[in-house]
Amino acid sequence: MSEKHLSSQFDSELTGICSKLMEMGGLIETQIQNAIQALAQFSIPLADEVIQTEDRVDMMEVAIDHALTSIIARRQPAARDLRLLLAISKITTNLERAGDEADKIARRVKSIVEGAFARKMPIGDLRLASNMAAALIHRALDAFARLDLDTAVSILKEDDLIDREFKGFTRKLITYMMEDPRTIGDSLNLLFLAKAIERIGDHAKNIAEFIIYIVKGTDVRHSSLTHIESVIH
Amino acid sequence: MTQSNLSPKPDAPDEPDISSLPVKLSVQDLNFYYGKFLALKNIGIDIPANRVTAFIGPSGCGKSTLLRTFNRMFELYPEQRAEGRILLDGEDLLASRGDVALIRARVGMVFQKPTPFPMSIFDNIAFGVKLFESLSRIDMEERVEWALKKAALWDEVKDKLPQSGASLSGGQQQRLCIARCIAIRPEILLLDEPCSALDPISTARIEELIAEFKTDYTVIIVTHNMQQAARVSDYTAYMYLGDLIEFGETEQMFFKPRRRETEDYITGRFG
Repeated sequence: MSEKHLSSQFDSELTGICSKLMEMGGLIETQIQNAIQALAQFSIPLADEVIQTEDRVDMMEVAIDHALTSIIARRQPAARDLRLLLAISKITTNLERAGDEADKIARRVKSIVEGAFARKMPIGDLRLASNMAAALIHRALDAFARLDLDTAVSILKEDDLIDREFKGFTRKLITYMMEDPRTIGDSLNLLFLAKAIERIGDHAKNIAEFIIYIVKGTDVRHSSLTHIESVIH
Repeated sequence: MTQSNLSPKPDAPDEPDISSLPVKLSVQDLNFYYGKFLALKNIGIDIPANRVTAFIGPSGCGKSTLLRTFNRMFELYPEQRAEGRILLDGEDLLASRGDVALIRARVGMVFQKPTPFPMSIFDNIAFGVKLFESLSRIDMEERVEWALKKAALWDEVKDKLPQSGASLSGGQQQRLCIARCIAIRPEILLLDEPCSALDPISTARIEELIAEFKTDYTVIIVTHNMQQAARVSDYTAYMYLGDLIEFGETEQMFFKPRRRETEDYITGRFG
């Protein structure tokens, strides 16, 4: 928000809640990075760290919701202020859920490490998708901070790439399970893990849609990319 | 989220497009002067029938001035004049040579401060009716009761109708003024900051009335309280320095105004 309100207190409340959201976003980014590292290195300590961070993320979500309620009750925001606050509420939920997915990855990593066939499974194939998902969350937060529509649209496009990676990986896992039924348990763990990565990409995409909502005032959820691009341009 | 080909939802689906509604009051090329000072600049607006239209804007923007042209109230002051056309159901109010009191009977007005006449509660209502209609005592009593019930005041005053109107509380006095206004059965109700001198409970009562009135009347309200405009109106017009900046559905005006000036005003960035 470039222009200031007549009430500087309102400005500082909005700035404060945006800072809280970015702080929560930073924590989620770390959680996702650690979950990916835990997977790449089969590291149980890193996985534990991700799981322990979950409580902090939950508390931040509650704190942001409380601050939002307070601003709405006292300021009765309208137009772009109202859209910003509604979007922050939705973005917070998406960040918390992205954190939940990181938590799921960490828990699956622990199961996989304990499994018999862990190191024979195609875990390396998930590296590309997981790095893309982490980068999307990072860029979504960056786009929110700058209300950058171009980046928001590029996130929507790139999420499709993650979805394609997920489908390819699923097909590969099926061949493993068909060749050796003893890998079914570990394959299912990997499948859940891949799904969690794919969901992180979806949450980044949702955040990008809310950035468009803040700036343009149009709800582009469930719309085609063609329609979204027409809204922006 | 999955992509689909669902068509996007309209931004404000509840109210029909203004242009599709029957027009009650059509303001065309209206200029208004206080002496040489041009206070309203080429205003054009079509106010839909049986809807609540709110005018908002900072002090001095011309919203009360505009309201006062709708029933030619400005003519009480010789240095004030209006040019242009104000069509009530197609009839130009400004060009009318008839009795201005008849216009004011069709276009009733309630002011910022409650203005009960120095007479009984009953006579406050009956006084205006007597100017336009000759009713029997029984019919007049029925009319007074009807108006007080419409203004949600009957239960509070039915046992003290002979008492002075000034003996009522501020909120009751304002509802008495509203009852007095509707007793003449106008077509349009002009409300000039009707709640600015009232407490929140009295304000809520008046807002409730406004919502009920639109089935029978076209209501036009001027208010400084933007939340009130957002709550009670179907359509909102934003004015600034004598210009009509934007007019649209209230939901759209408060959620996604088309003009940057409107957005700055309603979000408190104005100044």
